[in-house]
Amino acid sequence: MYIREQEEQTLQEVEKKQDKNIISDETIEYVGILAKLELSGEEREQAKKDMKEMLDYIDKLNELDTAGIDPMSHIFPVNNVFREDVVSNGDDRENLLKNAPETKDGSYLVPKTVE
Amino acid sequence: MSREYETVIGLEVHVELATKTKIFCGCSTAFGGAPNTHTCPVCTGMPGSLPVLNRQVVEYAMAVGLAANCSINRYCRFDRKNYFYPDNPQNYQISQLYLPVCRDGSVEIETPAGKKTVGIHEIHMEEDAGKLIHDEWGDCSLVDYNRSGVPLIEIVSEPDMRSAEEVIAYLEKLRMMIQYLGASDCKLNEGSMRADVNLSVRRAGEEAFGTRTEMKNLNSFKAIARAIENEKNRQIDLLEEGKKVIQETRRWDDVKEYSYAMRSKEDAQDYRYFPEPDLVPLEISEEWIEAVKSRQPEFQPEKMQRYKKEYGLPDYDAQILTGSKYLADFFEAVTELCKKPKKVSNWLMGETMRLLKEQEMEPEDISFSPENLAKLIELTEEGSINGTVAKEVFEQIFAKDVDPVSYVEEQGLKTVNDAGELRNIILQVIKDNPRSVADYQNGKEKAIGFLVGQTMKAMKGKANPGMVNQILRELL
Repeated sequence: MYIREQEEQTLQEVEKKQDKNIISDETIEYVGILAKLELSGEEREQAKKDMKEMLDYIDKLNELDTAGIDPMSHIFPVNNVFREDVVSNGDDRENLLKNAPETKDGSYLVPKTVE
Repeated sequence: MSREYETVIGLEVHVELATKTKIFCGCSTAFGGAPNTHTCPVCTGMPGSLPVLNRQVVEYAMAVGLAANCSINRYCRFDRKNYFYPDNPQNYQISQLYLPVCRDGSVEIETPAGKKTVGIHEIHMEEDAGKLIHDEWGDCSLVDYNRSGVPLIEIVSEPDMRSAEEVIAYLEKLRMMIQYLGASDCKLNEGSMRADVNLSVRRAGEEAFGTRTEMKNLNSFKAIARAIENEKNRQIDLLEEGKKVIQETRRWDDVKEYSYAMRSKEDAQDYRYFPEPDLVPLEISEEWIEAVKSRQPEFQPEKMQRYKKEYGLPDYDAQILTGSKYLADFFEAVTELCKKPKKVSNWLMGETMRLLKEQEMEPEDISFSPENLAKLIELTEEGSINGTVAKEVFEQIFAKDVDPVSYVEEQGLKTVNDAGELRNIILQVIKDNPRSVADYQNGKEKAIGFLVGQTMKAMKGKANPGMVNQILRELL
């Protein structure tokens, strides 16, 4: 329910602003921080262009009248898939740790991260 | 100064559920395994692995929600919360934002001013993160994913609390309820119950809330009370100086007794939630809700009534014993063995509580067996040991769970009921204390107490005091 309210809000905003899909330098910078990506000048311009095209495409979808249709979060008409609360995995540490670039004392080794 | 201000507090309480396996995979949730021995491709975020929901997690979440008077969302699902941190191998946490399992509940707490209702905004299900251990010397951290994917429920209260006392009362109420349900052991010191405190201050009488801060890393009731006091004063001081409170997350350092801001501005908190595509939604039927309801246990108020009726316990005993699920279960186990409810209650409320308090332990930390307390009660009841000796033996039971029958035997603590042996000792005491004997014979009733004491001392506490008294009076 909450989602639909949000979507309707976004739709109204779309109608209001025409050029809103132009990606500003601040936006691409911010998206870069969130995605932990460092882009070169050329890559930034390309990304700005690509993202605008994606948003334009979504706008196209938004032209459809979806009033009265529940938002869909999953493509299969399936609900309630469960497992029972029974331990089925053993200790596979040795194999799993092989995926890590660096390990120490049975643990994954990462650059020091302190909050 | 601070009287002019009102403190407004809301809590986010995370509770680790007592399931055998993780929320989305069949790895064990057992506490304390060697690092990364309870992990698999799902809970270490390997590409291509897929989560499957543990049914028991939903059952526990519903049970807690029903106990907290929530309505259950008939249609609910999971969402992805995106963030980068090494304790989170998927780079997202599976949680619930838009359609949480429970909403709009309340719990009643006792405050010095009477009963008060604290609203529950929602309860949602999510997965826990791994644990980071920082290398003190090197420039690295070690990651253990044993805890990654352990099921949590987050209970979000309304901003209804106004003091540290109300917060503690609310947490104790939640803990008792959840322990009664068996949904978690709720140990703050082991992190199976964690509370984040959202706090703001406003001038008394004002309606709008002030800017709030969120405080983390609170792992005892004492730390919570101290942190609330500290943060309240910090915010009032800022406002008094004409400054503004900044909305931020702060980390409490209980040793240094102060908090500091955790995240810098560059680390934007933009979680970009979206519906979790790897999990199908949940449709909770009326029948399922009814089935969970029918399995709800006897909660404290009913248990208290039953204790009074079934065991004939006084109000006070029934209230204290049922105040902790562990204590209540222990009481029932011992009573089942020795059939002397009031004696059991006395031992639990007296010596047990005294020792727990002395060693800053909770009832769930009791490590002795119901059998040994039952045996001790039988030894006292049949007169094999007297009260003083019993307390000594109990301390051994409490500390090392010794078998009182063999302990009393080995240490030679059995009460001497042999009148002949006792008589000989008493004769000696009389001979050694002519003055007290004379005092008694001259009508000083109190002098006999001294003689009883001397006899007990000579017997190393093993005599039956009633018998000593009787023989003394005969001989004098």
